[in-house]
Amino acid sequence: MPTPAAPPTPRAAAPPRPEELTAVPVRHYGRWLGAVAVSLAAAALLWSLLTNPNLDIRLVLSYLTRDFVLKGLGITIVLTVVAMVIGVLGGVLLAVMRMSPNPVLRTVAWFYLWFFRGTPLLVQIIFWGFLGALYPRLFLEIPFTGVVLFDEPTSRVVTPFVAAVLGLALNEVAYAAEIIRGGMLSVDRGQTEAAQALGMRRIRILRRIVLPQAMRVIVPPMGNDTINMLKMTALVSVIGGSDLLTAVQNVYAQNFQVIPLLAVAVFWYLVLTSLLSLGQHHLEKRFGRGFGETAASRDGALSRLISTKERL
Amino acid sequence: MTVTDSDRIVVAEGVRKRFGGLEVLQGIDLTVRAGEVCCVIGPSGSGKSTFLRCLNHLEKIDGGRLSVNGQLVGYRQVGNRLHELPEREIVAQRREIGMVFQRFNLFPHLTALENVLEGPLHVKGEPRGSAVAEAHRLLERVGLADKADTYPGQLSGGQQQRVAIARALAMRPTVMLFDEPTSALDPELVGEVLDVMKGLAREGMTMIVVTHEIGFAREVATRLVFMDGGAVVEEGDPAAVLDDPQHERTRAFLSKVL
Repeated sequence: MPTPAAPPTPRAAAPPRPEELTAVPVRHYGRWLGAVAVSLAAAALLWSLLTNPNLDIRLVLSYLTRDFVLKGLGITIVLTVVAMVIGVLGGVLLAVMRMSPNPVLRTVAWFYLWFFRGTPLLVQIIFWGFLGALYPRLFLEIPFTGVVLFDEPTSRVVTPFVAAVLGLALNEVAYAAEIIRGGMLSVDRGQTEAAQALGMRRIRILRRIVLPQAMRVIVPPMGNDTINMLKMTALVSVIGGSDLLTAVQNVYAQNFQVIPLLAVAVFWYLVLTSLLSLGQHHLEKRFGRGFGETAASRDGALSRLISTKERL
Repeated sequence: MTVTDSDRIVVAEGVRKRFGGLEVLQGIDLTVRAGEVCCVIGPSGSGKSTFLRCLNHLEKIDGGRLSVNGQLVGYRQVGNRLHELPEREIVAQRREIGMVFQRFNLFPHLTALENVLEGPLHVKGEPRGSAVAEAHRLLERVGLADKADTYPGQLSGGQQQRVAIARALAMRPTVMLFDEPTSALDPELVGEVLDVMKGLAREGMTMIVVTHEIGFAREVATRLVFMDGGAVVEEGDPAAVLDDPQHERTRAFLSKVL
């Protein structure tokens, strides 16, 4: 027996026509509640910081653009840039060596990686800082002639700044090499074959065909590395590298305003890492050409978060 | 018609190639003369693609003699040894040989025009002005004049393969190698690529085409080669091989594909 249909009542409205129907997404009431709870917690934390006499916001603001802070900031930036430039250039070289058909180059690259990835960066930085204890003099002479081209005490050549650059850059070379090698491996083998068939030499294939395509894969982790590098420059404070952290440490060692001065450092580190993230976004767009949609060409996490449109 | 040495573009004599313990080419003998369109058919794993890749030294041969344009490919013979050439001389040989791949292998970060220009500009070092004009002419010839500034990712498979043909032609090769050029294409796109290849054949380009398109082979090829198990089983006039195969293996293969 079929279920008897409800008897048609003359008062009932006519069913809507299909084109009148509208789809309504799921309402996420939990998200709204969560947003309110998080906002309240954030406001409470902010309030406790702003009203905390040990932080002293006005003191922080007064330190923000003081000479010693800006000078330390400048050195932090220079260290980051120099270490990353050396790191990337050396990384390309090391990656190519590791993938070379030449077993000598492959072995040298393997040992470099083994050493510089196998010891902590902090140890390497301290080591470069105390290089003078291992080799008190650095000199260069033409063998068997006694002609000395160069002879200086190590401490004059390897200043804390040079030691900082050496420590950061030589370590970065090892990590950059692995990122770049991964990028090159991600490029289809057919690309190299097509370029070979055109009569291109290995080095030109690398420069014109493989590396530009590998960049798409290399840029995100390399951006990550650059942000990491900016923060790792703080490690050189152990050898008096005169970076941002060293600069504020020197001052709070005298006036004991530890927290306000650290807040100054935190502020500048955040400004710089935010700028770097922005730069990474543009690089990703640049190297995504010809590949359609990339992560960078989609909405960023922030705009997704505050987007009012519902995504199912 | 007299046959001179300079007529012979490709000469293979007893070419052997091993991958590990597997001998994929067991002594290939083949001669291709200028202006010939030589189609190579055979079951997969018969070594036909490998043989094609040996012709421009993408694969190294392990024995026998293989010459293109009168030069041993990738080697110099000293006594009865073959010494591998340095890269500089190998790339010079490859510039005379055009190759079209099954999966197109266009450079995805370059536009169609830049793909075609890559060889003339950056390998041959031709002046930009004339190279660009020639690249546009080649794109027009393959029917893609309006796609010059399009990236490969936005082109259909058939269009990509036609750009790839233009890219190979831009080097003005003496011989064109086609490695299953239509096997990765949707059926409705096969025709446009074959049409471009037929045009090339009519203009007298020397071509070696590894293919599964028996119809194309019958219509365009001046010679048909059937390979199986790393050896040339049968070769000759396409109609003769297709309609009256002499070998059992040829008959078995053709009965499956025709």
